[in-house]
Amino acid sequence: MIVNSRLHLFCTIGHRFTQRIWRLGAGARLFWLTIISSGESFRRFHLTIREVYFTGVMSLIIIVVSAFFVGMVLALQGYNTLQRYGSSEAIGVLVALALVRELGPVVTALLFAGRAGTAITAEIGLMKATEQLSAMEMMAVSPISRVIAPRFWAGVIAMPILNVLFCMVGILGGYLVAVPLIGVDAGAFWSQMQANVDWRLDILNGVIKSAVFGVACTMIALFEGYDAPPTAEGVSSATTRTVVTSSLAVLGLDFALTSFMISI
Amino acid sequence: MTQNIVGHNLVEIDNLSFGYKGRLLHQGINMVFPRGKVVAIMGGSGSGKTTLLRLIGGQIRPAKGEVRVDGHVVHQQSREGIYQLRRKMGMLFQHGALFTDLSVYENVAFPMREHTDFPETIIHDLVLLKLHAVGLRGAHKLKPAELSGGMARRVALARAIALDPDIVMYDEPFAGLDPISMGVICDLIRTLNDALGTTSIIVSHDVKETFSIADYVYFVANGTVAAEGTPDDLNKSTLPFVHQFVHGEKDGPVPFHYVAGDYKQALLGLEA
Repeated sequence: MIVNSRLHLFCTIGHRFTQRIWRLGAGARLFWLTIISSGESFRRFHLTIREVYFTGVMSLIIIVVSAFFVGMVLALQGYNTLQRYGSSEAIGVLVALALVRELGPVVTALLFAGRAGTAITAEIGLMKATEQLSAMEMMAVSPISRVIAPRFWAGVIAMPILNVLFCMVGILGGYLVAVPLIGVDAGAFWSQMQANVDWRLDILNGVIKSAVFGVACTMIALFEGYDAPPTAEGVSSATTRTVVTSSLAVLGLDFALTSFMISI
Repeated sequence: MTQNIVGHNLVEIDNLSFGYKGRLLHQGINMVFPRGKVVAIMGGSGSGKTTLLRLIGGQIRPAKGEVRVDGHVVHQQSREGIYQLRRKMGMLFQHGALFTDLSVYENVAFPMREHTDFPETIIHDLVLLKLHAVGLRGAHKLKPAELSGGMARRVALARAIALDPDIVMYDEPFAGLDPISMGVICDLIRTLNDALGTTSIIVSHDVKETFSIADYVYFVANGTVAAEGTPDDLNKSTLPFVHQFVHGEKDGPVPFHYVAGDYKQALLGLEA
């Protein structure tokens, strides 16, 4: 009996492991097919622009509002710590570096996964469930060229732009708390920021990070939708998996990229 | 079927076997679909009728045998080759499968925009022509969510014939429709088939409607062609399966109950 249950447990673990490997392979295959089918997304760029609107522009409100509050909280917390060491003028640098290096790319990606990623998964999953993808196939139109690739490139384009906006609004939020509310000198706030934020090491690296997160989050959302069982339950589970997998991927990739960027 | 002459049949299914996960769904199926005819594939739910359409469309590969469309073996084609064949086909899905983010007009224009370089004025005229043929020219601005089931099916039919295909496949075109819509769809299939000179393949289990428009009918059961003939032949058939199906009898060769253990044992909770 004990041997049987252990064997069953072993089989279950093995089955789940092979399924994960299979899904990883299927995801990589879809990624490759998306890349080689991307010509259409650029030849008919309006298809990609339309998706940039849905994934990027429609995510603006949540990104802007979140960035504003994150910037304000950063300034409040930062001021409390910095004033103990008599460096409260460095508040601008702290807010800017925290945003452009880490919080901007990571929080934007997490919000993007929650807002646009789930929408992409649900849309593709429902298109599959209602045979729209099959209909496209039967019309000799590749769903990967027509549906997947434009959404992929839209995500890759939208994410760095959203990140830049997040950082800008976050810094504005930090400024409003630090300067008019707390009374930090405005000149010190901006000049310290200008002197200590490096274009390549800080800003460019942050944008590169967000582009990588854009690839990861959008691809995960597309794969989960494309691979979803064509049922209500299947689409619902796929949507949940999009958020969970994207969030973990963003945090894991952030560590890997930060390590790499610091080492070079 | 008497029309089995080389070049006369647009679609031929030859000794076809297909299965899912080790279970054979079709075993040695032979069918022919002559040019210009309306041929129906009938059978109970789960008998693999829709799967046959997917095999003809090259969406899945047979385990054995082959499907030939216009002389080309479908599963031997490259992806581009299959797409070339599909350009000769139109398909009406069971629930229409209209693109929900596009209007009725854009749905019908979709295949034209994807496969032709027609100027916008020609696309406009062609879309209105197709929509007029299915009686929905006035609905061209509506979204699929604003259409009834019958209207959605007619828009899907307009889209299926958008590029004047050689073959139109209909997957359960009458399912879930009210009698008026059913009659309209029935009439449209026959009229469009004759007007456009297409070959129509209808998958259905609605006997009355299908028999009223089909030139030839195949009955699929237990993975094989259980019977075939003209609607008149099949109406008179004494084969038990055909008789049960055509007359809608509750019990017969196709049992009412799904395979189950002893009922008494199950009620007493003794069933394994």
